[in-house]
Amino acid sequence: MSGKIYLYSRWIRLWHLFNAILILLLIISGVSMQYSSLNSTIIRFDKAVTIHNISGILLTANYVFFFVGNLITPNGKYYKISFNALFARLIKQFLYYTFGIFKHQKPPFPVTKEQKFNPLQQFTYVIALYVLVPVVIITGWALLYPEIILTKILGGSGLKINDFVHVITGFFLSFFMMIHIYFCTIGATFISNFRSMITGFHESHD
Amino acid sequence: MNFYFTRSIEFTLIYITGIVFGLLLSVNSSKAQTNPKFKNAEYNENCLKCHGQSKYKYNNPESGSEVTKRMYIETIIHRDQFYESNHRQFKCTDCHSEEYDTFPHPGRLRMESKYACIDCHGDDPKYEKFNFEQIETEFQASVHSTKHSEDFNCWMCHNPHTYKISTRSNEKIKDIVAYDNAICLNCHADITRYQLLTDKTNPNILQKHEWLPNQALHFKNVRCIECHARTNDSLLVAHNIQPKAKAVRRCVECHSTNSILMASLYKYKVQEGRSRAGFYNGIIMNEGYVIGANRNYYLGILSLIMFGCVITGILIHATLRIVKRK
Repeated sequence: MSGKIYLYSRWIRLWHLFNAILILLLIISGVSMQYSSLNSTIIRFDKAVTIHNISGILLTANYVFFFVGNLITPNGKYYKISFNALFARLIKQFLYYTFGIFKHQKPPFPVTKEQKFNPLQQFTYVIALYVLVPVVIITGWALLYPEIILTKILGGSGLKINDFVHVITGFFLSFFMMIHIYFCTIGATFISNFRSMITGFHESHD
Repeated sequence: MNFYFTRSIEFTLIYITGIVFGLLLSVNSSKAQTNPKFKNAEYNENCLKCHGQSKYKYNNPESGSEVTKRMYIETIIHRDQFYESNHRQFKCTDCHSEEYDTFPHPGRLRMESKYACIDCHGDDPKYEKFNFEQIETEFQASVHSTKHSEDFNCWMCHNPHTYKISTRSNEKIKDIVAYDNAICLNCHADITRYQLLTDKTNPNILQKHEWLPNQALHFKNVRCIECHARTNDSLLVAHNIQPKAKAVRRCVECHSTNSILMASLYKYKVQEGRSRAGFYNGIIMNEGYVIGANRNYYLGILSLIMFGCVITGILIHATLRIVKRK
């Protein structure tokens, strides 16, 4: 028998849906621009620029929605990392994913109303959403208006540093996305976590 | 005692520094006076005393009075621009008739034919590296020549009194871009000059380039000819201006590892061999950044390795989950 907990409120699911679509569009258009060539380009360069710019602007708005939402609703508490034995908890969860899961051990940090994320999830989500996404948004806006932001803040050479930070951060977010999607298959069933993000109910193991 | 000793050393140092600076300045100024930079400057003053300013004076023998007139703007030669130009060592009468020595100038002199670049620079070993013959051929094939009469000559773009080399120099790319684009805009953004050769109205450049993303950024960082002229291996600056239908419109022509900018705007710096290891088209990175053209080779390899590791890790994990399932 498996239990169901209502964990994902409507605004979280809406934010997550838009975030997923926009990040995917940004990755595809970003890779297309970075690896553009005369013979083969995923999306035509000017179209990729337009898609990337519009998606980036919408992602900023969506991020503000998420950031403010976490400030004014109880959802923000899930992103407050407790440093109490953090490393030991991270290792415990890591060992579960690398060994325990294959021995059908019970998850060391089962999902409850108070504990939506396991320590490894919480740590990576905080890094992704409170470090990488803001960095990619700020550097992205700087690339959208290089003449205003860079000359005033970083001077002439800022453009290159800014672009590298943007591309490298985007690259790490792409990795996060791949691993995140794969780990979503580790649920009560293969698709239960995907279903959770539509219904709002988390399905736990028996 | 100690205080006065320190103060006296300070005064001595200031005094010595003052003397050294004074000597250096006097050496420089005397050098400038005894070794004039422009050998024909004094001779040219005969012309520039009138043509170097906005008004000129002459005595009217009929009335016996001194007359002041405004100089026709097209015939004003700015000394600072002329003495920075490629032709700065020339006498005015090297190119213009010596009969201009008389005033009033004989009216028929207005009809004198002007030299073209090739008249002086053609078949001259001294100017071989500029390949003026090829420039002439390219110009003849360009729309500037084919769509217009012979009135369109070198001087329409290269004012002989002000033109100076920009591309083949150590100037910053942005300065080269601004200088060269000003040459095009001289006519293409000024209907009075544009209509010297046509009755058409001048197309609005901003509207015509509305399709271009980050338009202002492009206008500041690349020259018009990057997209509007066909590159030529034997020329540093392309002169074969193409009809608008043949202008470069595909972004990837520049935004790719095979960027045409390396064969145009950055050609001279490429020839000079200034590059950055590890980056595709690294020379561009000395002064700019072009998305798609400035990838780093090592970061590219590293990202592929990391991407491969993540995919492999996921596949192994997924396989083990399937194999070990209950």
